[in-house]
Amino acid sequence: MLIGKELWFRYAAQMPWVVQDQTISVAPGEVVGLMAPSGFGKTTLAKLLAGYLIPTKGQVSVDGQPLPRRRYCPVQLVFQNPELSVNPRWRIDQILREGYPPQMHQLDALGIHEGWLTRYPHELSGGELQRIAIARTLNSQTRYLIADEMTAMLDANTQALIWRAVLDYTRSHQIGVLVVSHDWPLVRRLCDRILDLATMHHSTLVSQ
Amino acid sequence: MLSVSNLSVTFKQYEQGLRRRQLTVITELDLDVKAGEVVAVVGASGSGKSLLAHAILGILPENATVGGTMLFQGQPLTPSRCQRLRGKAIALIPQSVGYLDPLMRVGQQVQRVAQLNGLSKPAARTAVKRTFDRYDLPPQAERCYPFQVSGGMARRVLVSTAVVSHAELIIADEPTPGLHPEVVVETLNHLRELAQEGRGVILITHDIEAALLVADRVAVFYAGTTAEIASTQDFAAGNLRHPYTQALWRSLPQNDFMPVPGNQPNPEALPVGCLFSDRCPWMTEACLPERPRLRTVRGGLVRCIHADR
Repeated sequence: MLIGKELWFRYAAQMPWVVQDQTISVAPGEVVGLMAPSGFGKTTLAKLLAGYLIPTKGQVSVDGQPLPRRRYCPVQLVFQNPELSVNPRWRIDQILREGYPPQMHQLDALGIHEGWLTRYPHELSGGELQRIAIARTLNSQTRYLIADEMTAMLDANTQALIWRAVLDYTRSHQIGVLVVSHDWPLVRRLCDRILDLATMHHSTLVSQ
Repeated sequence: MLSVSNLSVTFKQYEQGLRRRQLTVITELDLDVKAGEVVAVVGASGSGKSLLAHAILGILPENATVGGTMLFQGQPLTPSRCQRLRGKAIALIPQSVGYLDPLMRVGQQVQRVAQLNGLSKPAARTAVKRTFDRYDLPPQAERCYPFQVSGGMARRVLVSTAVVSHAELIIADEPTPGLHPEVVVETLNHLRELAQEGRGVILITHDIEAALLVADRVAVFYAGTTAEIASTQDFAAGNLRHPYTQALWRSLPQNDFMPVPGNQPNPEALPVGCLFSDRCPWMTEACLPERPRLRTVRGGLVRCIHADR
């Protein structure tokens, strides 16, 4: 279970709170949607849960343990803009091997061509590069995946292709997924449970 | 107003040393825009949407070669004519706040556009005031620098620059990503209003839902060519002609969420025949020897030999 308990965050004392007293949990294999208008701290919450930011108050735990400070983080975050999350001077195969090398059949499932592996990030389109950023997180060490507007800049066909491959993998490996998005139809389609930060209707169950 | 036919864009690249290669990224692209209508251009990244905008504005890089014809109000768009018209008769609403000058107050930037369009300084000031008022930008916003305004406000400033220019053709390049739904609808409504004033509007987007909210017609690009030009009603009515357009529609989360597998072909290795043939459920031998022509089927244009089945 990924649990963020009573999380508070601000960038400095006297600055306004960006995240206030949020508690959120994701079970293994569960797909949870997180919605809110901009400015409600969705991305900040995602960064707290993945260990990019340390909460001012409260704790994040994975299966009862705090997030590790040094080794590979079991909670992985995928951002909207893949070109900002890869090293522009590395070739794709090096980027993929940065964490734990993914398996060839997963690359196939995500539609990653072998020819891309020798290229540099700027030689791939946004949709192609986003698949690389996702493939990098799908390995045996990842227990939870946070998708922050992961497919917002992709066309509908690529979006559906990517989500189908990701959910196949996370369902079969019991990985919990947190989907952060503005796109209501998409969240409804993907998620078992939806949280709305604006109203904080906890655990609105969606029938699928 | 604007008629683009058989457009092609080729880049010359140096591979290694002096060895050069030609990379054709747009092939046989067609589009026309009439006064008073919004035409959406949708497609995946790499389908040539932004390059089309750059070609119309004449701001392609130097190593690009343009083929085919582009007519604006009946006259060909030559490089010198492009240069005269852009920012005046043809305006761009760029993607993000990054296109504003970070060191200049936003009011001044809009005023400068008005003055470059031939307004006197006082007239330009009035035009800025009127436009900011129209888009609910508070008077103090004029004195803000770009980093001080929110994403939604920056978007309205960018729309203002196009409005004060009295441009007849407005190209909006991906104006919606990263905005929350109310701002998206507001931005799209602004485009609709511009069309109602008798301007032509091209909305470039990957978001087919946004396109359907506001456009009269939708041009679907695939791998640098026009796959289909359909009216907006054709989508909900199930009157789509090209298998790729149908796939895009089916893959929306509120529809079936069923994508077609595969990727757009690489511009280095385009197939000889139909560009969609390697992913197409309708593919036959007849699709392979040559590119299908754009033809009229059920009131829309489509580049597929099986479209009338």
